[in-house]
Amino acid sequence: MSEPSVQNSAGVGARFRYVARLSLFAVAMFGFGYLLVPLYDKFCEVTGIGGRTAAGPVTEYLPTEIDESRLVTVHFDANVNSSLPWAFTPAQKMMSVHPGQMYETSYTATNRSDQTVVAQAVPSVAPGQAALYFNKTECFCFTEQLLAPGETREMPVRFFVHPDLPPDTNLVTLSYIVYKNEDATARQIVALNP
Amino acid sequence: MTDTTLAHSDSHDHHPTGLARWLFTTNHKEIGTLYLVFSLVMFLVGGAMALVIRAELFAPGLHLVNPEFFNQMTTMHALVMIFAAVMPAFVGLANWMVPLMIGAPDMALPRMNNWSFWIMPFAFTLLLSTLFMPSGGPASGWTLYPPLSLQGGNSLAFVILAIHLMGISSIMGSINIIATILNMRAPGMTLLRMPMFVWTWLITAFLLIAVMPVLAGAVTMLLTDRFFGTSFFNAAGGGDPVLYQHIFWFFGHPEVYIMILPAFGIVSEIIPTFSRKKLFGYTSMVYATASIAFLSFIVWAHHMFTVGMPLGAALFFMYATMVIAVPTGVKIFNWVSTMWRGSMTFETPMLFALGFVVLFTIGGLSGVMLAIVPADFQYHDTYFVVAHFHYVLVTGAVFAIMASVYYWIPKWTGNMYNETLGKIHFWWSTFWVNVLFFPQHYLGLAGMPRRIPDYAIQFTEFNVISSIGGFAFGLGQLLFVYIVWQCARGGQKATDGVWEGARGLEWTVPSPAPLHTFDTPPDVDHPDYVAHTSGTS
Ligand code: HEM
Ligand SMILES: [Cu+2]
Repeated sequence: MSEPSVQNSAGVGARFRYVARLSLFAVAMFGFGYLLVPLYDKFCEVTGIGGRTAAGPVTEYLPTEIDESRLVTVHFDANVNSSLPWAFTPAQKMMSVHPGQMYETSYTATNRSDQTVVAQAVPSVAPGQAALYFNKTECFCFTEQLLAPGETREMPVRFFVHPDLPPDTNLVTLSYIVYKNEDATARQIVALNP
Repeated sequence: MTDTTLAHSDSHDHHPTGLARWLFTTNHKEIGTLYLVFSLVMFLVGGAMALVIRAELFAPGLHLVNPEFFNQMTTMHALVMIFAAVMPAFVGLANWMVPLMIGAPDMALPRMNNWSFWIMPFAFTLLLSTLFMPSGGPASGWTLYPPLSLQGGNSLAFVILAIHLMGISSIMGSINIIATILNMRAPGMTLLRMPMFVWTWLITAFLLIAVMPVLAGAVTMLLTDRFFGTSFFNAAGGGDPVLYQHIFWFFGHPEVYIMILPAFGIVSEIIPTFSRKKLFGYTSMVYATASIAFLSFIVWAHHMFTVGMPLGAALFFMYATMVIAVPTGVKIFNWVSTMWRGSMTFETPMLFALGFVVLFTIGGLSGVMLAIVPADFQYHDTYFVVAHFHYVLVTGAVFAIMASVYYWIPKWTGNMYNETLGKIHFWWSTFWVNVLFFPQHYLGLAGMPRRIPDYAIQFTEFNVISSIGGFAFGLGQLLFVYIVWQCARGGQKATDGVWEGARGLEWTVPSPAPLHTFDTPPDVDHPDYVAHTSGTS
């Protein structure tokens, strides 16, 4: 009987080389899955996909001129995550703005529970492409918000729409969802009742 | 002797019997059988879940199960059918047939092969056990989108562990298949002489190794978001649930091709046999398969047009998706050309293969409709999508698996199956599967959402028709179980060649195929051995 199992001259060594290389490939693809997370963030930041706005106040690109000839409608929207016992509403539902000019509006939040609650607002802008041109110089969303039981607070937003906003975009919606920050809330409750 | 222990460690002299034989086997044929039996059992389990769904949808209103359980059924049905029925069936076929088709004595890594299989029953026991846990099974749909999937019970941890286990099993199986195909071919069996089934599996195995780890990553992120305080997909913590959809579908679209490429291979084997001609356009088949595999990596976002994306991205994913229809069309053209002027006969495997060609094409067409962005905005998450993927998966993948069972079972058991019953099974299944799924196109166009336990009364008639089709189709599959069982028990003895028009190495070994074949490499140039489905170069 001739040599039974090895068909190609390469034999067993080659077989284990395949296993090693292919396993490495599998591990690399697992890493690739995780790599997609920062890639996606970067991609969204650059393109404005997902309606994300900057996480902190805008200081660069401050506009130099105001485009008086153009009016853009800005809608303000507010949502509360179901696990957060807050009331949360915009002071104004909409505003007409000139690109380049600075505006201020506010949102009002009330803690309707009998516990101190820390929350985080997450903004988004629609249409997504407009996110790149919607700049906030001040926003309650840049920091955590702590409300004592029953407390109401008015929270300002200062923003301008950049004059480079594409001409076919005349309506921009600024939307917030406020979420309960579970960890910070728990820390507060511990701090208040030592 | 070291080489021998590697390639078939259960040597000719001692054979454990009973349960131990199956627990410890490293023989590719026995492992293939284990996979196929496991797959058949899980096909029935998944089918039972589907019938719960169809029973609830038989009439509007909630009358049979509560919505919670209904959602668990839709989720589990899909997970079981995809990961425990269709995929293991293909792996089982690869185990049985790939060594026989390339003239190898066994798989390259027989012990790992044993592991790949035996992980599966554990994985799916874990998965199914979640149904009996206090929080119930997963109920967020098989795609496990956050935030919904993170809002269920702790059983999510078991689901994710089960997915990891079966992922490891698939990856080990794929490494084995690649190593076998690249390293164990009989001398003279060059790559471009391999039968189509072997080619499609080689490419599928690469797809599996590329994307199963990505799924593992996605569900691990779900796990840490749910239990360890990370915020990959949690907007409150700076994450983004849409990111999950991107990662999932980066796995998910190649996954649907993982479930169809081996089916293409099977059909490419069967049609030449029963047309008594060589496969038309062998080389173009190989390249079409490779390009479908490549394209499958750049179309994922067609599952998520409605999350909103820039016009350029939507157009890119739309056109890339439609381009897949080209190599797919090449395949269909080649199958039809193979039949052209062939002396065709219509035994059960051929009937199922032809059913595949016609009905899979319907699924492909609805797929192209779904790829049109503005149309998809209307169709997305409706029953139209459900109809689409059941045409490609049931009348596509499952029909191909059934065709392959009828085609190769005489080689496995040494007996012919009952041809009359096989034909009844085919016609019964084909009729009722259309009664089951065709009306779902209309339901979707009329706006019925998928994954709901109740619906508006104007959808009643089509749902009733669909449910009747579902129960009748399900009943027909019991006939399939009977035919397989009967064929395993006995029947008319099969010849070695089995089919008059069959060519290729697997038909040169005795029927039933002995436990050990091709201990001496076959002469692949022998004219009778050259497969109809292989190139001549
Ligand atoms: C010409 C080929 C195909 C095209 C153009 C196509 C296109 C699409 C599109 C655009 C969707 C998303 C629909 C939506 O959710 O709104 C979809 C869903 C789906 N397709 Fe296909 N498809 C094709 C072939 C296949 C094949 C071969 C399979 C599997 C064997 C398959 C399985 C699926 C599944 C399972 C879904 C639904 C996933 C889910 O949301 O649960 N498709 N297809
Ligand atoms: Cu897809």
